[in-house]
Amino acid sequence: MPQLPPALETRGVNKWFGANHANRDVSLAVPKGTIHGVIGENGAGKSTIMSIVYGYLPADGGTILVDGRPVAVRSPRDALAAGIGMVHQHFMLVDPFTVLENVLLGAEGGVTLAAGMARARTELIRLARDYGLEVDLDRPVGELPVGAQQRVEILKALYRGADILILDEPTGVLTPQETDHLFRILRALREQGKTVVIITHKLREIMELTDNVTVMRRGQVVANVATAHTSREELAELMVGRKVLLRVEKAPARPGAPVLEVAGLRVRDGAGVERVKGVGLTVRAGEIVGIAGVSGNGQSELLEALAGMRPLAGGSVRLRGEELANQPDRFTARGLRALGVGHVPEDRQRVGLVTSFEAQECAILGHQGDPAFNGRLLMDRRALFDRCAAEMDAYDVRPRDPRLPAANFSGGNQQKIVLAREMERNPDLLLVGQPTRGVDIGAIEFIHRRLVALRDQGKAILLVSVELDEIRALSDRILVMFDGRLVGEVAPAEADERRLGLMMAGVAEAA
Amino acid sequence: MMGEQRMDDALLVVLLLADATIRVATPLVLAAFAALYSERAGVVDIGLEGKMLAGAFFAAAVASSTGSPWLGLGAAVAASVALALVHGFACITHKGNQVVSGMAINILVAGLAPTLAYAWFRQGGQTPLLPGEARLPQIHLPGVEALSGVPVLGPVYRELIDDASVLIWLTVLLVVATHWVFTRSRFGLRLRAVGENPSAVDTAGLSVTRLRYQAVIITGVLTGIAGAYLSTAHGAGFVRDMTAGKGYLALAALIFGKWRPWPTLFACLLFAFTDAVQVRLQGVPLPVVGVIPVQFIQMLPYVLTVLLLAGFVGRAVAPKASGVPYVKER
Repeated sequence: MPQLPPALETRGVNKWFGANHANRDVSLAVPKGTIHGVIGENGAGKSTIMSIVYGYLPADGGTILVDGRPVAVRSPRDALAAGIGMVHQHFMLVDPFTVLENVLLGAEGGVTLAAGMARARTELIRLARDYGLEVDLDRPVGELPVGAQQRVEILKALYRGADILILDEPTGVLTPQETDHLFRILRALREQGKTVVIITHKLREIMELTDNVTVMRRGQVVANVATAHTSREELAELMVGRKVLLRVEKAPARPGAPVLEVAGLRVRDGAGVERVKGVGLTVRAGEIVGIAGVSGNGQSELLEALAGMRPLAGGSVRLRGEELANQPDRFTARGLRALGVGHVPEDRQRVGLVTSFEAQECAILGHQGDPAFNGRLLMDRRALFDRCAAEMDAYDVRPRDPRLPAANFSGGNQQKIVLAREMERNPDLLLVGQPTRGVDIGAIEFIHRRLVALRDQGKAILLVSVELDEIRALSDRILVMFDGRLVGEVAPAEADERRLGLMMAGVAEAA
Repeated sequence: MMGEQRMDDALLVVLLLADATIRVATPLVLAAFAALYSERAGVVDIGLEGKMLAGAFFAAAVASSTGSPWLGLGAAVAASVALALVHGFACITHKGNQVVSGMAINILVAGLAPTLAYAWFRQGGQTPLLPGEARLPQIHLPGVEALSGVPVLGPVYRELIDDASVLIWLTVLLVVATHWVFTRSRFGLRLRAVGENPSAVDTAGLSVTRLRYQAVIITGVLTGIAGAYLSTAHGAGFVRDMTAGKGYLALAALIFGKWRPWPTLFACLLFAFTDAVQVRLQGVPLPVVGVIPVQFIQMLPYVLTVLLLAGFVGRAVAPKASGVPYVKER
């Protein structure tokens, strides 16, 4: 039997962004009817190569082959004609348009819409049935949950006759349930003979879903392996280029006196809806308390309220024994900083940083009035620079350039800038939200080690994360939040994924 | 007998007001719909005023020189499209600031048109008064005499519908066509998409640049017609600053109409109506207050604009990508 040519192949593709060699002789082959993973850290060039394959970015040399035949892909139109569809990390949808209109855009089938719409409706109902891609065709896309929006993107590609489907970080925005649903869809596509390429940095997904893996590092392909013949540890090492500890090494906690004591806390969101419905918890010196929960169950609001960014609707908050809830002038973001509370916000780009500011300016946000950085009239730029440079050394921020705007750092390095700012203030209590969201595996290891080191210095840490692995690796006690309430406490040793998952879904309370 | 006479008079007043409203509304509708195409495609255009003024000047100048209002209309459209392409070149090709570019066009034309008029005709920055045959024709409909005896319908037909400028009819057509384009056509779907999320258009294999240029050219055509209407249909020649802020008023109507065709039409009619009322109220003693100084009455349409935009519009949601040059993400 003759060997079938790969569904998709790249040979020696190069791409430069200015002086940055983003793709260096990238050659990879994706066999027909398989799910193929492309992994690498942020900036490894995995999204770049796929954007080139899709014709969204022009390559600076190299060949793309579909079913063994070279194709010239100069625009997404060429890629679609060659049977390549792509689901981008940030969805390419028109929010006010209905699902049907979004699918139709660019594939209208005529100068007027009516005929094309009728045809698309029939076809989409068939696709939905075949692959489990149910969505309400007449709802505006902007009103749909993220998982459904993603299904619309997949439908768009399939409606255009894509045989090769590329997905860029498809699970970053999904809940665990939505991720399972997506994986079922992708497996159904594979069964029908479609070829799927998934770009991710999550090792677990690679191991669970893919047939083969291409690993990229610094713009180059460093390995092509069959998933069955590799392991998470090996892939992590290939991605980072050195051994990575996927487990956090830490000694048992030695909790001291309570630092934060919360009782009956209530918080409303901007629309006046109560999102935290009577939460009580204690964080002691020298321990990390993790709050697990599916995103949107009030943990974000809880963290923001404790950081002084949201007014309390009721309850008591004691810091080192002192009641603060009845002192609105001190219970502010600024006041709490002065009391030794550090805060690493969940959304570093919107809340944690001013991305157009230089790193050295971001490094003092919230402390800009500190005499250490201020002369009589003007800021002391020299002190600012030195301070930031020192923090960058200590936290391994790359590139080590305090004058570079924060927007130009990768996600992991932005997070390190925020962490450095908050930790170097030597807080008694550190509030941390999603510390490693969108952060490279190498940087995750570093951030986790830092948090544990801070704990070992006797600081109290309250951690909110939707990553169960992270909660389990770091926490000394795990609290589970569901629908604005804490529904149970679990010791990390007993916290298997199934048990936590059920509690997070509000199904089972802790015994 | 007396009562019937009074009713006829009242009807006549209403008809005259309606007629004036339509005449004033026509250039507003043309300009507002011009901006509708451009802004729904994501290109903000505050240069309506300048493009209209250029259209008005070239229509009158060419009509005066050649005697043909149709050549004038063609020149108006050509001049306005040329300016629209300048705007497009700055904002689409070179991703410049759309407000700055639009403003530059306004300032440029405000000075250039009277200067050219002076160089061309030596009449102090105006064009000569156009004779009747150099103006765009009105459309005379049959059956006015036959219907004149019919109550209500007769006067409505005679005063309002008969002898309307050809451009008024064109504008009516434009409104209906625009509605169809935006809701039923492929072009409309793509246009709306490129104003909301150009990345979606790009990844669907369509050219953002091409679509936006198409929209901007339509804007140019329509503002050119609006200008020609002012100087060769409604008026009889070009005078300095004859657009008198109508471009901005049209933009206000577009916002008040929330970037949708029918509400925008309604807003234009409302502004035009206040203007018609304003003209009729000048020097007329009102009950209780007496005669209001003419300056205050002339303020009416503008005060209304401010009030409507400030208070009564509610949240006007502009097309999301409006005013944002398209740059590919990496």
